[in-house]
Amino acid sequence: METKKIVYPGDKIETDDLKPRNGMYESNSEFFSEYFGVIQESEKFIDVAPFNSPYLPRVNDKIIGKIMDIGPTMWTVDINSPYYSLLHMNDTPWHVSSGDLERYLNVGDYVYARISVSNEIRESWISMRDNGMRKLETGRIISVKPPKVPRVIGKGGNMINIIKTYTDTKVIVGQNGFIWVDGEIDNVKKAIDAIRIVEKEAHTIGLTDRMEEYLKKMKGEN
Amino acid sequence: MEGNIKLIRDDGLRLDGRANNEMRPIKIQTGVVQRADGSAFIEWGANKIIVAVYVREAYPKHAQNIDRAIVKARYNMSGYSVEERKRPGPDRRTMEISKVVSEALSSAIVLEKLPRAEVDVFIQVLEADAGTRIASLTASSVAVADAGVPMRDLVVGCTAGKADGKVVLDLSKDEDNFGQADIPMAILPRTGKVVLLQLDGNVTEEEFNEATSMMMEAMPRISELQRNALMDKYSLEDGE
Repeated sequence: METKKIVYPGDKIETDDLKPRNGMYESNSEFFSEYFGVIQESEKFIDVAPFNSPYLPRVNDKIIGKIMDIGPTMWTVDINSPYYSLLHMNDTPWHVSSGDLERYLNVGDYVYARISVSNEIRESWISMRDNGMRKLETGRIISVKPPKVPRVIGKGGNMINIIKTYTDTKVIVGQNGFIWVDGEIDNVKKAIDAIRIVEKEAHTIGLTDRMEEYLKKMKGEN
Repeated sequence: MEGNIKLIRDDGLRLDGRANNEMRPIKIQTGVVQRADGSAFIEWGANKIIVAVYVREAYPKHAQNIDRAIVKARYNMSGYSVEERKRPGPDRRTMEISKVVSEALSSAIVLEKLPRAEVDVFIQVLEADAGTRIASLTASSVAVADAGVPMRDLVVGCTAGKADGKVVLDLSKDEDNFGQADIPMAILPRTGKVVLLQLDGNVTEEEFNEATSMMMEAMPRISELQRNALMDKYSLEDGE
């Protein structure tokens, strides 16, 4: 099986003509990896993509968050990150008055939202005033490791689309690693199994084709 | 009392049959705690230590560092991890080890990348047999790397000491208890910078130099084991 070059913290990275970007540090004008991960080369840049890393909020990421605490004007939200995020009552689609927040979102509720502000000390605010942003009322939430999210979505969304079509479920993938799955209970189970396989085998090549076959088989058993 | 105990056999080998510069067998495994961000289990001779790492916003809020992360290692021994039951809970010795391990890890972790955060390293010693602080540190750095916390290097540690008047590598329990000196050391292998160095006992300058060069020689081998441990999880994920 074809694999990418693996690096460990402290390994020297041969940048050649590429610009070093994420996941490395400079020392005496040489570059060294910060993570246990794989080297990723694009046309201009070279990155280290870690196998595992905490989710760090980035502006405009669409994420799924869990309400942790209610204040007079804001909710504290768990975004699958070391850092909590905040949701202000004016950033919701409702007319919320202060002190009346639990009528709209209570502790334990999940929301689909967008990171609207993030600063250098990793404080962030999320907003629900956008297309498709809402409270997630039914369905189930699972979490995958944040670096695996791009693989779960696939190129142009093709991986998540085949999972949705073959299992007949509704799925929202938050860029923070929380995933919402809704539909018939058996279908939801199948979709979650499929996502778990993708998460496990994220670094292998030809995964989309293998998943399609797997999902076809699953559907055949139905 | 020191003179009465024989730690080196007549054939020049140590009581457990090792040569002067021979390590005990080491086994490291990662991904042993499901809900932790990163974890590792190490068997170093008869030492058995489990490490779990969690990354989160530092709490309470006034303990946060606005521009960098804090590292909190907590070394804890199980009651029956040693021959005579240890009274559970922190004591002078475990607090010292927690402190030196935290500081050694701090010099490897890129703290500025995680402002306000706290890297919690829980170290549980299930069975102790000399050299637990170094075994803990070696496993901790693997667990931190497994958690995906940015690091400049993997910290690697080793011990040496003086038993029966001779400098030996990786002290066993008896050598530790009845020997003349114990020198734990940890380095960042890429640059060779020392991040932990302690000395308990008496050695001459020559003996100290001999001990450190012996440890420096052993470090790359331990380093290799750490890398293999991280890699093993990856190949499991590969379905092989």
